Amino acid sequence: MRPSRVPLITLILVLVFFYLPIGFLVLNSFNNSRYASKWSGFSTRWYERLGDRPDIIAALGNSVKVATAASLVSMVLGTAAAFALHRYKSRLQDVHRLFVTVPLVLPDILMGMSLLLLFISFGMSLSLFTISIAHITFCLSYVALVVQARLQDFDFNVVEAARDLGATKVQAFLKVTLPLLAPGILAGGLLAFTLSIDDYVITYFVKGPGSDTLPTLVYSMIKKSKDLPVINALSSIMLIITFAVVAVSQRLTRPTPVA
Amino acid sequence: MLKLKKPELLSTAPSFLWLVMFVLVPVAIIFAIAFRPALPAGGIGDGWSLNAIRALADPSYPALFARTIFVAALTAALCIATALPVAYAMARLTPVWRSRVLLLVIVPFWTNFVIRVFAWQQILHAQGYVAEALRFLGLLGENDRLLGNLAAVTIVSVYTYLPFAILPLFAAAEKFDFGLLDAARDLGAKPLRAFYSIFIPGIRQGVITAVLVVFIPMLGSYVVPDMVGGTGTQMIGNKIAQRNFTDRNLPEAAALSGALALLVLAPMFLRRRAKEA
Repeated sequence: MRPSRVPLITLILVLVFFYLPIGFLVLNSFNNSRYASKWSGFSTRWYERLGDRPDIIAALGNSVKVATAASLVSMVLGTAAAFALHRYKSRLQDVHRLFVTVPLVLPDILMGMSLLLLFISFGMSLSLFTISIAHITFCLSYVALVVQARLQDFDFNVVEAARDLGATKVQAFLKVTLPLLAPGILAGGLLAFTLSIDDYVITYFVKGPGSDTLPTLVYSMIKKSKDLPVINALSSIMLIITFAVVAVSQRLTRPTPVA
Repeated sequence: MLKLKKPELLSTAPSFLWLVMFVLVPVAIIFAIAFRPALPAGGIGDGWSLNAIRALADPSYPALFARTIFVAALTAALCIATALPVAYAMARLTPVWRSRVLLLVIVPFWTNFVIRVFAWQQILHAQGYVAEALRFLGLLGENDRLLGNLAAVTIVSVYTYLPFAILPLFAAAEKFDFGLLDAARDLGAKPLRAFYSIFIPGIRQGVITAVLVVFIPMLGSYVVPDMVGGTGTQMIGNKIAQRNFTDRNLPEAAALSGALALLVLAPMFLRRRAKEA
């Protein structure tokens, strides 16, 4: 009996379903018409229009600042968390594991709402700083997840060997453990960066007036139906950046032979 | 007394304290502020009040909660139904193709969420190609819209959550012993029968994970109903945002968030019980 072709056909249809809207968006960013439903010739005018929008440039700057802060801090916190979870088996780590998992399952709107109430309760004014705190909080768990996966294949005998050869604990960590884990940590950081750049819901709750990131600015432009073709152009550029980041992180996470 | 090693404390403390401060305490604050009075200017008053809790008895809320659970369950069901054959097909590919297709599945969910929903808003627009084609075929009335209804919300939700369903199912399918399917067929089972009786039970844990990673975030869905839905498709998340940003009534927003938190915790608690059983 021949195996059924249904699964393979479903797979192909799903991939078409995934890429059709994205392709539509990129195509439309070159549409001379202001309306998505009519094609009236090729044009790059929406890309040129991007340059006249200082608010977009400012929001992009904010997004990059927050994402950089969030990925750097969450790399440190997440790596420490992954180490603790991997090395030690105790009641403390059971609770720790539960805490690390909560941000992964908590719906965004609850995370945004709860952090907003926290900041209000402590009289903190909303700014890029509060956005960064929120982003670090959800990025931390993802970094911990990625680094933990890396630690599973990590051979701690290498560290033992360094210690036997006379390295101090700190030396062994800095010269052996960290360089070997660097690709995993960096991949976690890149994931954090893209998650931070992508976030809308949590940012919307904890951003103050005038501290828009790219997603919140784009969202308000869509809501006001303002300059929609410019959003297409902007989206296409962001797609290219995302694909570049994915390509880089693919290279980093590719399993490397341990020397 | 419990004795902990110093290196364990040092590596645990940073993330542990951060998560207590910015996850645990904030969630507790949600429940506390639900019992505070609202100030007319939009702030939180002193003292305690049951007004926000009483506001949960709003006659429109049972329908709101039912709609939220229905859309979340329907989206989860459609995602699983689609992801199962996809995971099956992916697991049967050669290793090289498997990682290629995996990348193809992951990439769209790394593109900006708001932008993906925006693309759908344009596709389903009343003057868009899809609407025109359906009108031409007589499947859509002259004044009917593709946006603003539960169907639009569900389709776009499936689009955004399908990769989350595929990944755990694929991870489980990769470990599945496909020889079992051949055995079932040798014993006379039809392919579909083998799929239901052998494959799906074989990747049970993956199915449970996939259901949860779609259903739970969908309960807090906010962007999709806001962008492609209408007044009749509001979900709990939209109501929380409305209470928060339009009505400026933080205690009522907190009470609704608390109710949503309990709704989210329920399936996780059930899963824990199921694991222990």
